[in-house]
Amino acid sequence: MSSDQFQTGRLTQFRELLERSDAALVLTAMAAFYLLFLGVGAILNYDVAGLISILGQVTFFTAVYALIVLALNLHWGYAGLFNIGIAGFMAVGVYTMAMLTAPPTGSPPGLGLPIAVGIVGGMLAAALVGLVTALPALRLRADYLAIVTVAISEIIRLTYNSPAFSTFTLPGGIALGTGGASGIGNFPSNPVRAIYYVDPSSAASGTTPIGAAVFGFFEAVFGVVRSAVIVDLTYGLVLAVVVFLVYTLLARVGNSPFGRVLKAIREDEVVAKSLGKDTNRFKIKTFMLGCALMGLAGVLWQGFGTGAVYPQAFRPELTFYIFIAVIIGGAGSNTGSVLGGAVFANLLFLLPQYLPTMIEQTFSIQANPNNFIAAVGPIAAGEIAPLLGYILNQRLPALRFVFVGVLLVYLMQNRPEGLLGHRTETAAAVDLSEGHTPGGQTGTDLTAPDEGGVDNE
Amino acid sequence: MELYARGQQLLRDQPGLVVVAVAAMLLVGDLFGKLLGGGLTAARFGGFVWDGLVIGLLIGLAGIGLSLTYSILGFANFAHGDYISWGAFSGWAVAYLLAGIDRYAAGGLLLIGAGDGPAPGDVGVSITNTPGSILAGLVVAVGFTIGVSLLVDRLVYRPIREADGITLLIASIGVAFVLRYLIVFFFYSGRQGVTDISRVPSYDIGGVVINAHELTIVAIALALMVGVHLLLQRSKLGKAMRAMADNRDLAQVTGIPVEGVIRTTWILGGGLAGAAGYLVVLTQGTIAYDLGWLLLLLIFAAVIMGGIGSVYGAIVGGLVIGLASRLSLIWLTGDLSSFAEPVAFGLMIFVLLFRPEGIFGGVSTA
Amino acid sequence: MKEVSTMSSESAADSIGEDPAVDTAGDGDEDPPLRVENLRKEFGGITAVDGASFTVADESLTGLIGPNGAGKSTTFNCITGVHEPTDGAVYFNGTDIAGLAPNVIANRGLVRTFQIARELAEMTVLENLMLAPQRQQGEALYRSILPPFRDGVIEEETELREAVWESLEFFEIDHLAEEQAGNLSGGQRKLLELARALMTDPDMLLLDEPFAGVNPTLETKLLDRINQLRAEEGLTFLLVEHDMDIIMEHCDPVIVMHQGHVLAEGRPEEIRNNERVVDAYFGEQQ
Ligand SMILES: Nc1ncnc2c1ncn2[C@@H]1O[C@H](COP(=O)(O)OP(=O)(O)OP(=O)(O)O)[C@@H](O)[C@H]1O
Ligand SMILES: [Mg+2]
Repeated sequence: MSSDQFQTGRLTQFRELLERSDAALVLTAMAAFYLLFLGVGAILNYDVAGLISILGQVTFFTAVYALIVLALNLHWGYAGLFNIGIAGFMAVGVYTMAMLTAPPTGSPPGLGLPIAVGIVGGMLAAALVGLVTALPALRLRADYLAIVTVAISEIIRLTYNSPAFSTFTLPGGIALGTGGASGIGNFPSNPVRAIYYVDPSSAASGTTPIGAAVFGFFEAVFGVVRSAVIVDLTYGLVLAVVVFLVYTLLARVGNSPFGRVLKAIREDEVVAKSLGKDTNRFKIKTFMLGCALMGLAGVLWQGFGTGAVYPQAFRPELTFYIFIAVIIGGAGSNTGSVLGGAVFANLLFLLPQYLPTMIEQTFSIQANPNNFIAAVGPIAAGEIAPLLGYILNQRLPALRFVFVGVLLVYLMQNRPEGLLGHRTETAAAVDLSEGHTPGGQTGTDLTAPDEGGVDNE
Repeated sequence: MELYARGQQLLRDQPGLVVVAVAAMLLVGDLFGKLLGGGLTAARFGGFVWDGLVIGLLIGLAGIGLSLTYSILGFANFAHGDYISWGAFSGWAVAYLLAGIDRYAAGGLLLIGAGDGPAPGDVGVSITNTPGSILAGLVVAVGFTIGVSLLVDRLVYRPIREADGITLLIASIGVAFVLRYLIVFFFYSGRQGVTDISRVPSYDIGGVVINAHELTIVAIALALMVGVHLLLQRSKLGKAMRAMADNRDLAQVTGIPVEGVIRTTWILGGGLAGAAGYLVVLTQGTIAYDLGWLLLLLIFAAVIMGGIGSVYGAIVGGLVIGLASRLSLIWLTGDLSSFAEPVAFGLMIFVLLFRPEGIFGGVSTA
Repeated sequence: MKEVSTMSSESAADSIGEDPAVDTAGDGDEDPPLRVENLRKEFGGITAVDGASFTVADESLTGLIGPNGAGKSTTFNCITGVHEPTDGAVYFNGTDIAGLAPNVIANRGLVRTFQIARELAEMTVLENLMLAPQRQQGEALYRSILPPFRDGVIEEETELREAVWESLEFFEIDHLAEEQAGNLSGGQRKLLELARALMTDPDMLLLDEPFAGVNPTLETKLLDRINQLRAEEGLTFLLVEHDMDIIMEHCDPVIVMHQGHVLAEGRPEEIRNNERVVDAYFGEQQ
């Protein structure tokens, strides 16, 4: 009895903690996802290296999705800018990075500049393309802006895809290239590798002192020998730090007079203008900052995360993924964005990749028909396995898209404010309630509005 | 003097428009130079024009529905391209079935050659070889797509009829995902040959080669367009649609059966989209689950150019976009030919920026 | 109708002589703060404002009245840049502002409220007011995010917060400070709008029926405040109001609009006795 009460008490306390503290909420969610995927790994009989690897994946995808969703939230959640050209801006970021840093002798040739220059250059290029888009397009209605941005993103993708710029020569004789349909794969490898390997581009080159120590530690404790797993995990943690930094940056943007104007623009642009705010300037700056962050996300995800960029990675589907994530989290909230990104990355993106193997292993399904008729035909004979085999082995990615679509429709019909509810964060650089001069009524006394004494309608 | 002042005014008010107009004039001038100077043969030019007309008619046909739903329901339907794809797949499944049932198992035919199904060359579908199956496929494409659009409206859009345009737009993206990947689920995700090009006769008209499938497309598209025209002229439907596009609440008060008009809009728009999708395969010779999505931006371009809500605008816009994308190949040679589509998107962006009411805006009919 | 009955009431007989505006209105041949010339606005086929011309004297509380649909709100919209006038000129402190963007006009010190209150519904009352002050340092993106500048922003925010709370207390909506503005009642919203407009530190305010739904005691207090702002800080007010008692008692001069143009302009007692004005109101009723 009393221990029951005690437990409910603890539970309520915990729930209150989650409601009060965004950090606790995010950490709890991440802990849940890590547990979930450890479970997945256990079902699949992974060894310790496999388990660490799966945790590294969870960290990576959560982080990159959180990053890009935060950037979109700045556009859509903060300023109401309906940008559905995200994939294009990501492409500009990572392609610029790759073209700036790839070796001049490679194929396609690059400029061979340092990685840092590449990252900053990628962000600047994405911001510039954002500026070119924003200058004319921000005057447009939201749905026109959507069509323009998706068209621009396709123009960007088709341009990178075109053989015309596969390699070209800049004035001055400097050769450069996008690699056309096959993309660029020879830009410098993930800078995190420099922590562990003497030559970051080759694991065989020998380990640095740090590398030796860390690998040695993991080997001693877990018996892990695959260093790549540890490198990936490290990169995931680096990304988590980046997400934290970007979150802090955006929280500052939101909790400031600048963010207040954005909020006003989203609600009623005419009012913001009538109060003397040059709303176009605010929108352009916001659009450029968001695009720069999208460029950064492209660099960290498709660039260093994948190790090669190619145009097909930037189809509009990617944009819609990110939209779904932001809608799940609830547009307008940075914490919601991180959570939305995490939910999408783990439950809708990563988990379905493990599902078929898990189900097959559990139910030992062998059938693998290669077309729908062959899959449903045997049902007449009472055999369901071919259909399951068809679904699991042939069509699970397609069904995932179908599910995502259904989810989107469901959300629009039932919870347009987001799965995690509508969260509002006060837009001010200081705690506004504190300013109440002593002696007056207290600012926290929230009389219900209809009881307010001023209304005599 | 007067003209000069007006020109100055225009330059100040709409600098972008002036730049576009100047660029267009330069291109036309260059075109004449090329034609007269022999850089471009008349036959090649004619070929581009013909190709542009064929694809333009299809874009226009599909655009009618997008334009109507955009103005009457107030949102940009991003699933419209996938109605087109379903038109293609449903129609061709039946065309295949009818053309090959005497020789092959029904399953492989219905799935348009999925898995180990029969190859297009073996089935031998073409307008001259199997005209009956082609026409039956068209009817099914239209009917099936009407069914899809009505079902989607009932399940998705009707419950949120009063929601704002962006909410509906996002919902339509969801619908697009569902429809597109259901095609992958039932059929396949690659691009596959469908028609038997070797059996399609072609005719040389002054150096321009025109094949029977293209002629079929032009004939059917024109017939459908005339049909829509008559429907809107002879019935009160056009008027009711215009009233609803202007103000749905007012239309309801004045006794227009709002839901009925919406249903008719979907029937018209869905049917034409299905037909367009089916016919696109006839000219491309291949079918793919994302064929409609790939066309969608071009269709948006046409609809916006023609002025949202205008049936005739959509048709003319389709022709402009079709011709622009093909004629751009006169200049975009070699590796640059991959920029034909971006050129059309670019045109659309220009229209949105400088004439968001469409270049034919103001003469909107139905 | 309410307008008509209050028209003929005698309640507003005196108090006009004490109007601060009367003394200052004629000082020098300076430009009046606001001069509207031949203003026209068409919406499609409807002509909402049809060649209206009037001036508003410095530091006055000028009334703008007229039957429903006379074009008062549209005139406000054209003056403040919310709509671009079809034709005509609007001079604010001597320069033509017709067709300028609303924010540019507001930056110059001409600020308005809306007839149907446009509170920012999903922002708190506090946020609504914090938004209003013009040229805040923190409106520059880099100042809001970069550490060395951020301190200045925080300092400024702290000062603004004081001013905002003072304003809330004056308008007697401080108990609603942290409520979402969308949850306020109609009258409370109008108060919020007025408070917000004042926070912009304007030279001239256009108020579109600011007292609708506000209780009479507070109304008097607000009118006193308006007169105080005119006298002490030199603000000018143009007030659209349907309550004739307020107009007759507090406004001088009064401009009457009808069917898009100015029907009459003069002191309240002249307006009250003007037959065309009375006809316009009665004509509206028939
Ligand atoms: N945005 C608009 N589009 C079309 N017509 C409009 C618009 N705004 C106002 N009108 C019309 O212009 C005319 C004048 O309206 P306005 O709102 O200026 O009158 P008003 O004097 O403020 O009336 P009220 O006392 O009712 O507030 C009316 O006929 C109105 O219907
Ligand atoms: Mg009004």
